[in-house]
Amino acid sequence: MVALFNILIFPGFLFLGIYALLFEYLDRIIYARLQNRMGPPWFQPLADFLKLIGKEAVIPAAADKHVFPALPVVALAAVTTAFLYVPIWSGSSLLPFSGDLIVVLYLLTIPTLTFFLAGWYSTSVYATVGSMRALTQLFSYEVPLFMALLSPALLADTWSISGISQFYGAHPLYILINIPAFVVAIVACQGKLERVPFDLPEAETEIVSGTFVEYSGRFYAVFKMAINCELVVVAAIVSAFFLPFYTANPFIGFLLFIVKTVIILFILAVFRSVMARIRIEQMVKFCWKYLTPLAILQIIINILLKGVLPL
Amino acid sequence: MMKGPGKITGEVLRHVFAKPATISYPKGELVIDKNYRGKIDFDASKCIGCKLCVRDCPANAISIENIGTKEDKKMQLTLNYAHCIFCCQCVDSCNKDAISFSPDIELAGINRKDMIVKL
Amino acid sequence: MAKNVVIPIGPQHPSLKEPACFTITLEGEKVVNAVVGTGYNHRGLEKACEARSYLQDIYIIERVCGICSHIHSTTFCQSVEELAGVEIPRRAAYIRTLMAELERLHSHLLWLGIAGHEVGFDTLLMYSWRDRELVLDILAMLGGNRVNYGINTLGGVRRDVTPEQIEKIRKVVDIVEERNKYYVQLALSETTLAARLGGIGKLSHDDAIKFGAVGPVSRAAEVADDIRVTDPYSAYDEVPVTAITDNHADVFGRTVVRVLEIMESVKMIRFCLDNLPDGDIAVKVPRKIPEGEAFVRTEAPRGEDAHYVRSNGTDKPDRVRVRAASEANWHGMKHMLEGDYLADVPIIIAAIDPCYSCTDRAIVLDNHDTGKQSVIDWRTLREYSINWYKARGIDTGKIKIADSHLIF
Repeated sequence: MVALFNILIFPGFLFLGIYALLFEYLDRIIYARLQNRMGPPWFQPLADFLKLIGKEAVIPAAADKHVFPALPVVALAAVTTAFLYVPIWSGSSLLPFSGDLIVVLYLLTIPTLTFFLAGWYSTSVYATVGSMRALTQLFSYEVPLFMALLSPALLADTWSISGISQFYGAHPLYILINIPAFVVAIVACQGKLERVPFDLPEAETEIVSGTFVEYSGRFYAVFKMAINCELVVVAAIVSAFFLPFYTANPFIGFLLFIVKTVIILFILAVFRSVMARIRIEQMVKFCWKYLTPLAILQIIINILLKGVLPL
Repeated sequence: MMKGPGKITGEVLRHVFAKPATISYPKGELVIDKNYRGKIDFDASKCIGCKLCVRDCPANAISIENIGTKEDKKMQLTLNYAHCIFCCQCVDSCNKDAISFSPDIELAGINRKDMIVKL
Repeated sequence: MAKNVVIPIGPQHPSLKEPACFTITLEGEKVVNAVVGTGYNHRGLEKACEARSYLQDIYIIERVCGICSHIHSTTFCQSVEELAGVEIPRRAAYIRTLMAELERLHSHLLWLGIAGHEVGFDTLLMYSWRDRELVLDILAMLGGNRVNYGINTLGGVRRDVTPEQIEKIRKVVDIVEERNKYYVQLALSETTLAARLGGIGKLSHDDAIKFGAVGPVSRAAEVADDIRVTDPYSAYDEVPVTAITDNHADVFGRTVVRVLEIMESVKMIRFCLDNLPDGDIAVKVPRKIPEGEAFVRTEAPRGEDAHYVRSNGTDKPDRVRVRAASEANWHGMKHMLEGDYLADVPIIIAAIDPCYSCTDRAIVLDNHDTGKQSVIDWRTLREYSINWYKARGIDTGKIKIADSHLIF
């Protein structure tokens, strides 16, 4: 019963869904204010979601009848599962186990793969180009992102997100060592979340909406939900790694979680408002030339420090 | 000049608490210049029925007819503002200043027939 | 090597504000062939002009283009004035110049925003359109409308500029100048912008001349071709004009030309306000225009705009021909697109500041086998499209079109 509550209501499906809609609103309003606009009203994401749910969902004649509708659900399920291993109200998540970091990283790769498959199974030219870009992009940002998240884990000597969070909570000054990793993680997250300047797979002005061009109605609603949930999960993971401040009081801890994730969201929103979209070959070059070496440098630093620091 | 990405960051951050440049329509306050050309107004008492306005209208949006008698003239202007392009050439063409423009621009409707008004 | 993919950009596409079809053949992400297909927006404006009087035509001509509306009506009015042998008052000439430069301000700011949007830089779009809004308010105040100002009339202008309005214009121009200084700096120093705009859509000096490119496209390739300088009209013989040129010959160069032209326009607007002569704003032009023909060229924000008007002694023109600036720039488009990435196609198209409906004229089919020409009317076109779909197994018989829609 408790497990069911945890999975469906809190911190699982329902909470994540509501928080994701709120997050989308915050993202849009911050983005709008940075651009000197009014921005949407608070209920806009919910209204969009309900409208999409009510619309007719079209499956293209050439698309696979079974894979096409299943992909959004897979994406959403993967993201929701990942959320269970992220600390929310305290330094520990709901079900911490050693190695959950690896599981979460892999679960977060699944949505990108579903985007690729969605584009591929749509069989539209725009979607195909979009899915190729999604995959090319995946190989570029995933390596620096993994390394950026693994280097703090090296220093903390644990493969559990909760363990890492608790370690840095106990030694707050060590966070400063990980600043390069933080930068890499934020930039790579922009790629993972397919936001400007790395929104190539769905570049609206180039390939309409890329991988999602054939999706409509409830399928698209679920996809959008999965993307919003991914935003929440990524912000939560980054805040657990690089802003590991928490209290024993679950209520205050929960508020702290919201503050931390909103700070991360704000950074992401500023990031997406100050740059132009870059080309796919520029993206690959940037990730391998600058991002990956920076992440490797961080790993070397952490390995060296591990021998020096009294841990 | 220093080159680099994200040059606009300072400008962007300055706008976080700035007043937005847009307004929330239709709730916000709409500022329209008094010179704005909106729907035309018609003063029937000044009209002599020369129909210069009808002749010069590029969109054939106006027609003028006498609904009174031949001796006691009473002019009526029928405006189809679905056709009107708001150039206000009729205002310029009228020698008796019977037609003037108003800044009334919120004319959207869902029925075409409602857009033919008798002034 | 993988098979080439053919991607249609258009007729309906988010990056195109009006319908046009660009058939792009891709090899990987590289464009190997591009076919420019315009003609979706033919409105029969030239024919409509022949059925109306000269005075009514001003408002039709003004609607040739939504952005350079003033310059089109100026060109038309100038042609008719030339035919009628009328000289417009100096004050009217200055007001026309003032409006034309304000229009250039708003058009270039609009383009800057569009360019930002095409490369995914929406913040630039929002900022430059916010500043453009100030210019539009001024234009609405002067002309009475935001885009189709309707300030021109045969023999002058319809509205005078009052001293209070001059003060307001000065204030706005100061703001726009300051903001634009920032955009110039941004365009020159932002790396992601330079990376997206630099080196794409190349049209060299020789190619620009060969394809007959006009406006910022040719000026970005160091062709100092500006009608305001080479063939002054309105008050440009007195207003100091400098033709801005750049040597990049790519999309980045076109951006630089446009942002610097905004600075030039600001100077010209100030000059017009300072030196506005007194006097009448319009002279009377007869309704019936004497027989003759006139050809007038002006510099629209997008390049050279040319009008040809032939009169036959009545109050209606015998022939009106409009050659909008975009029409001249289409010819080099295929050359600009080939060899670049798919991601650059929208911005290369946007870089000529295309105006699709301005350029679309009647479609004449050339039969290469017989050498005969034919014109398709609405009914034949409809039958042709129904058969086209039938041949592909799609039954359009269920779609009922009311007969009244078939008559025009």
